[in-house]
Amino acid sequence: MNVVEPKSFQEIVLRLQNYWSDNGCAILQPYDMEVGAGTFHPATTLRSLGENNWAAAYVQPSRRPSDGRYGENPNRLQHYYQFQVIMKPSPENFQDLYLGSLEAIGLSMTIHDIRFVEDDWESPTLGAWGLGWEVWCDGMEVSQFTYFQQVGGHDCKPVSGELTYGLERLAMYILGINHVMEMPFNPPDAPVPLKYGDIFLQTEQEYARWNFDAANTDILFKNFEEAEKECERILAHSELDPKTGKKIIMVHPAYDLCIKASHFFNLLDARGVISVTERQAYISRVRNLAKKCADCFVQTPAGGQKN
Amino acid sequence: MPDLLIELLSEEIPARIQGFAAQELRKNMLSFLAEQGLSEIAATAFSTPRRLTLFMTGIPEKSDDFIEERKGPRVDAPQKALDGFLRSVDLELGQLNVKRDGNVDKYFASIKTPGRISTQIVAEALEKTIRTFPWPKSMRWGVSSLRWVRPLKGILCIFIKDAEHQVIDLQIDGIRSGSCTTGHRFMAPDYFTVKDFEDYKLKLRNAFVILDNRERSEIILNDANNLAFANGLDLINDDALLEEVSGLVEWPVTLLGKVDNEFLDLPSEVLRASMKEHQKFFSLKNPKTEKIERFITIANIESADNGATILEGNQKVLYARLSDAKFFWENDLRLIQKDGLDTWLEKLKNVTFHNKLGSQADKVLRISALTKKLVGPLACDGEAAVNGASICKSDLISEMVYEFPELQGVMGRYYAISSGYSDSVAKVCEEHYGPKGPNDPVPTALTSVAVALADKLDTLLGFWIVDEKPTSSKDPFALRRAALGVIRIILENDLELDLVELLYDHLEDLSQYGNKPDAVSELMAFIRDRFRIYLRDKNIRYDVVDACLEVGNVGNLNLIAKRINALTNLLKSDEAEDFLQGFKRANNILAKAEQKDGVEYSYGADGKYMEVDPEKELFKALTKQHSIVKQAVSDEDFPKAILAISKLRKPIDNFFEFVQVNSDNDIVKRNRLNLLGQIRTTCSLVADLSKIEGQLR
Repeated sequence: MNVVEPKSFQEIVLRLQNYWSDNGCAILQPYDMEVGAGTFHPATTLRSLGENNWAAAYVQPSRRPSDGRYGENPNRLQHYYQFQVIMKPSPENFQDLYLGSLEAIGLSMTIHDIRFVEDDWESPTLGAWGLGWEVWCDGMEVSQFTYFQQVGGHDCKPVSGELTYGLERLAMYILGINHVMEMPFNPPDAPVPLKYGDIFLQTEQEYARWNFDAANTDILFKNFEEAEKECERILAHSELDPKTGKKIIMVHPAYDLCIKASHFFNLLDARGVISVTERQAYISRVRNLAKKCADCFVQTPAGGQKN
Repeated sequence: MPDLLIELLSEEIPARIQGFAAQELRKNMLSFLAEQGLSEIAATAFSTPRRLTLFMTGIPEKSDDFIEERKGPRVDAPQKALDGFLRSVDLELGQLNVKRDGNVDKYFASIKTPGRISTQIVAEALEKTIRTFPWPKSMRWGVSSLRWVRPLKGILCIFIKDAEHQVIDLQIDGIRSGSCTTGHRFMAPDYFTVKDFEDYKLKLRNAFVILDNRERSEIILNDANNLAFANGLDLINDDALLEEVSGLVEWPVTLLGKVDNEFLDLPSEVLRASMKEHQKFFSLKNPKTEKIERFITIANIESADNGATILEGNQKVLYARLSDAKFFWENDLRLIQKDGLDTWLEKLKNVTFHNKLGSQADKVLRISALTKKLVGPLACDGEAAVNGASICKSDLISEMVYEFPELQGVMGRYYAISSGYSDSVAKVCEEHYGPKGPNDPVPTALTSVAVALADKLDTLLGFWIVDEKPTSSKDPFALRRAALGVIRIILENDLELDLVELLYDHLEDLSQYGNKPDAVSELMAFIRDRFRIYLRDKNIRYDVVDACLEVGNVGNLNLIAKRINALTNLLKSDEAEDFLQGFKRANNILAKAEQKDGVEYSYGADGKYMEVDPEKELFKALTKQHSIVKQAVSDEDFPKAILAISKLRKPIDNFFEFVQVNSDNDIVKRNRLNLLGQIRTTCSLVADLSKIEGQLR
């Protein structure tokens, strides 16, 4: 395959979307909440549960407050983008499909060295694990490739295949850029050419300051508690909605609160106010919410429940 | 006889378990085939990142007939019982045999199961092997319920007889066996058919796959050395890395890259760790500058631009990694130069050592206390040792060690030097972790030895007190390694230490975590067990070890080792056998008499009740040699003690030749027994010779 090399960050994103669209995925939009990784999107976490088939791909802005470096580090950011593909059941030719996507964004298999290096994936906050690889291109990790085995404490049957591309790093490599802030976001010959830094340098500084030093930890602790409480309260409701007379389990609203709790925890962690021993306890509280959401999701039609 | 070729093609198998998996495939197939009567088969297993291959030769075409003899009822049993038996074995009365069983006659049936065709047995064995494969961690994929390490893609299974090959047909969760496989993922992805093992190997090679892991390792090592040599550099050998890297490629291509100049001043350990852990690069050292200046990476492809893009990419990644490392290094140094190591020591309070055993700061205090107690016995520089102990864990706070845990200690040394500590104190940080593995060197500088022992003994006793002892299968805190470390440090440095006393002394410093005085004796039993194993690995006879282990001060391992040495040497001498027989005879007679009379004959003999010369001579010899042995033991001169003991051989022989222990005169008899008791007393100053077994050499 002879592919014209992409010229900008957004072109790489667009090509990935087109490629996975051509290969049968619904192209979803980012989830409208703060998450630490694309996996948290309900399109992955919840939809990997139950027997229904599923195929989706999307960009997910992801936040990792402790990774902020005020925009100075060439490739560390507290806000960055992941591209996520989730297919259930994992297709027979999933590896080939994945390699095709690399070709589509300009990585020719004849001059690059692509390697599948063992990496067991685990998300303690989601009660999830899977086996797979980190995919290396010329010694650089460009994706996570995982066959989900368990999510929210439930065995995945059928098994979903999940791909996560770290978009900035991948794009920097393809575009030959050394500092993320120097990366062209839109084509350099656009009437208003914008670099990544034009869009995100200032926000990285602002968030880094807030994440590390200014966030009010009392409020964050309270927010965590409230999100946890509300999540459990919603799930404790009876299945039957008295107003419509229908069975409506409120999994997604509850899961939103689980996501919120997780993000509040990440913020508290970045503020350095959670000790090593407490850390485990907080993680297990979030996992507990994720498990409850998973338990409820499999009771719903989207979770494979008939009628 | 026919051959069998099996290949299990899958998505990429983790490098570290490929070797294990290949051997398990071989082992399980052989055992399942043997269960069905196919044995004496030669088998070799191979692995690549994507395949496990098994080649078997000498397979019989069918298994032997199998005859089972089944016992039936007595010949006089009721007809009903006989009918039932005939039905169950599906035979007629005339086909049964009658045989004596005990003292009755019974019917016996010979049931013949005819041998089966091997191809059928192989198909079953392979299915069973695949379905019950002992992967440490396995997975499902798609809608399949089969478990494999990563998705299983294909099964090649052919039976080769007289240059004809036949596919052994089996189907597992939709995967059908065949005679096809594929080549290199990128360079030769087409499928091809193979007809025998030679054909398979050759076609794989033409399709850019080297089947044999060892051959891939050799190619990598050879190419890497050639590249290093051509550039006047030395390859730093790393067997673990070599093994791993050859499990990551089917077609190794060696590429030489450069470490950017701005990183050449990083500690070489940092360069190596960063390149090895993250990138799986080999390091190349310039022998003139002693610096790591280049690296070798192993690609899995002969690329269209001869590796230019691959190398450029790898160098870029390395640049980013080393920029991080350099940032950590400079940041750590800046912090130390500003505040000294003290702020780090303060921060150790927030680092948990173990949730039942406090923080690393607590541990450092305990190590320091125990180090102080070791200063005297080791006669080392107390100030340096205690200073070393107080900073030995400080680098756990550094960013560098956070990023590269395996650099703990090494970084401690660098940081200690840069904050003004002397070399000998700084060295403690690195050396107190030693020995790291069973074959790694032990620390020899006495200051480091003191802290190394203090750290390990504190860890051991601590975990014994909170009852987190290793089990036969689990040793998460590497306590076996710690105990072996203690043993090796003591023996290889020839140290006289009383471990029991040290450990009892140390109980108090651990008292807040639990009160368990038994911990010391339990721990000593564990250490003695490790000591036994350590000596066994050195090919020292276990009975010699047992003879010496419980004699004298059991807390002084070095003394025990010296006894063992001396005794081992004695047993090599020509006279040893006679001497030992004499000793054993004395000991047996004594043991019997003591059991019968209910007393211990250990009062010593009295010269005036002696009747004949041989007993008088033995008495004289014993008296003389006993004091020599005693003095020698207290001087720790075990060869001398053993020599003295061996001088008893002649008098003991004489005694038994000419003297009857049993005498009508009870007083004379008891006196003789007490004389024999003196042999035991004298010998047991050195070792419990009764534990030495039979044949000596």
